[in-house]
Amino acid sequence: MSALNLRGVDKVFNPGSEQEVRAVHGIDLQVERGEFISVIGPSGCGKSTLLRLIGDLTPPSAGTVSVNGKTPAQARLDRDYGMVFQSSTLLEWRKVQANVELPLEIMGVGTAERSRQAAAMLELVQLDQFAGHYPWQLSGGMQQRVAIARALAFKPSILLMDEPFGALDEMTRERMQSELLRIRAETGTTVVFVTHSIPEAVFLSTRVVIMSPRPGSITEVVEIDLPEPRSYETREDQRFFELLTSVREGLRAVEAL
Amino acid sequence: MSPSTRRILSFLGILAVLIAAWEGYKWMGTATGGVWPGTGIQLPVRTNERSMPHTWDVIIALLRPARRGGDMLLLVLLRAALFTWRSALLGFLLGSAVGFGLGVLFVRSALAERGLMPHVVASQTVPILAIAPILVVWAGRLNISRWLVVAVVSAYLAFFPVAINTLRGLRSPDATASELMRSYAATPSQVLWKLQVPAALPYLFPALKIAATASIIGAIVGELPASMPHGLGRAILNFAAAFSAAPEKLFASILVASLVGIGFVGIVVLAERVLIPPSRRLEDVSEAAESRGRGLKEVVA
Repeated sequence: MSALNLRGVDKVFNPGSEQEVRAVHGIDLQVERGEFISVIGPSGCGKSTLLRLIGDLTPPSAGTVSVNGKTPAQARLDRDYGMVFQSSTLLEWRKVQANVELPLEIMGVGTAERSRQAAAMLELVQLDQFAGHYPWQLSGGMQQRVAIARALAFKPSILLMDEPFGALDEMTRERMQSELLRIRAETGTTVVFVTHSIPEAVFLSTRVVIMSPRPGSITEVVEIDLPEPRSYETREDQRFFELLTSVREGLRAVEAL
Repeated sequence: MSPSTRRILSFLGILAVLIAAWEGYKWMGTATGGVWPGTGIQLPVRTNERSMPHTWDVIIALLRPARRGGDMLLLVLLRAALFTWRSALLGFLLGSAVGFGLGVLFVRSALAERGLMPHVVASQTVPILAIAPILVVWAGRLNISRWLVVAVVSAYLAFFPVAINTLRGLRSPDATASELMRSYAATPSQVLWKLQVPAALPYLFPALKIAATASIIGAIVGELPASMPHGLGRAILNFAAAFSAAPEKLFASILVASLVGIGFVGIVVLAERVLIPPSRRLEDVSEAAESRGRGLKEVVA
């Protein structure tokens, strides 16, 4: 059973009104467990909408989405999704530890167990020393690592990330990318990752999905056959540059549409 | 100089300026015979003892017996203030609870907001002087103690700012925060207590400060139609009737009433300090910035 299976998915916002927007059209996509899929495309092409359709934050207008063989709504109720957005969305009145505990608290995990799991997650993102800090006492990159720890705290099978590193500087961004790959290797989570950055998509993914401008549809899927585990050397690999080029050409073809 | 010393000094400084302005104006009017210096234009307020008693006369009046052979005026007024404050406190608590409840109701149901909000707004445009006697008559039939009726009048004024700000605060979290809660399959009450209510607290406290002062006004005004024999409302009414004979007593009761207000707001401020860290307070922006700055320095170090 695939982690994700989208068949003929359409999304139209405000159908029948003057503000009608066809956001995505005819999406077919199958993602296997443990894959890392990046979605890349021009601004406003419906990348985020695609993520929201998978995560049951908005229903499709046509077609079917199945997540671990279930409807997205059931998958959400089963807590299959961990979500990370461009802004960390940490609750400012909670310390770092309590922020990571939040989903566990909501899921009814006991105090001792939830404190143990949150501590383990903070160790995973290497912020265990900051458990007692408030979010505003951390840098943007650290806040985003807390958001990732929070998303992984309840061991969801799918991580949905919407430009999670978009607001970070280049150096921090590359560090966070390596960190994310290490975390994924440890947890085996399936990841769907929306980004604007070609190197980021190539470095992280097993496949890169290229989308056309609105109404967004998938025009090309680039297999990323870079060796694992990926490291600093990967970025200087000849194959890395070849793949950058093919993604860039895919995007250029799309923009000519 | 510590910020709290600075605060006290600036309070005393402004108090001194106000007293100096009062006494200066009075001195000028007495010297010129009630006109602006060098002109024939009359001063807007007369400066005789009846219109503007000396500030020290007001203080002295507080320390003298209110009635011949009776208790000190200050004592009489404080007793009245305590009596009024009992109604105001209950009214404040009642009003805040109702206001908070309405805020929660409105954030949960757009229909309730659309249907009820106009009534809530209208309730505040009706003069409390018209509402209070009606409540007194109704309560008389139900055999409810009058000070409780006064508390209801006070709650009537107090609930409004709390309802408005609670609603605003409950709506303050980002859309992404709500989506995050949705992704955890959180129940509506979990969203309320773990996201919306904590987010609303900084909005709630400024409203509670307004509610504290409004509840005292409500209690004082409510005491009049309820014909309470005690309380600041009665005292103010009595001293207003005797104004031409002893104006300083009315001024003294105004002074005590405002001190009660300051005291009440002070209690709310203390509660805010205990419950909300400086970085999250809506006022005291400079303090918040300072403590944020300190936090960052700690991390860097």
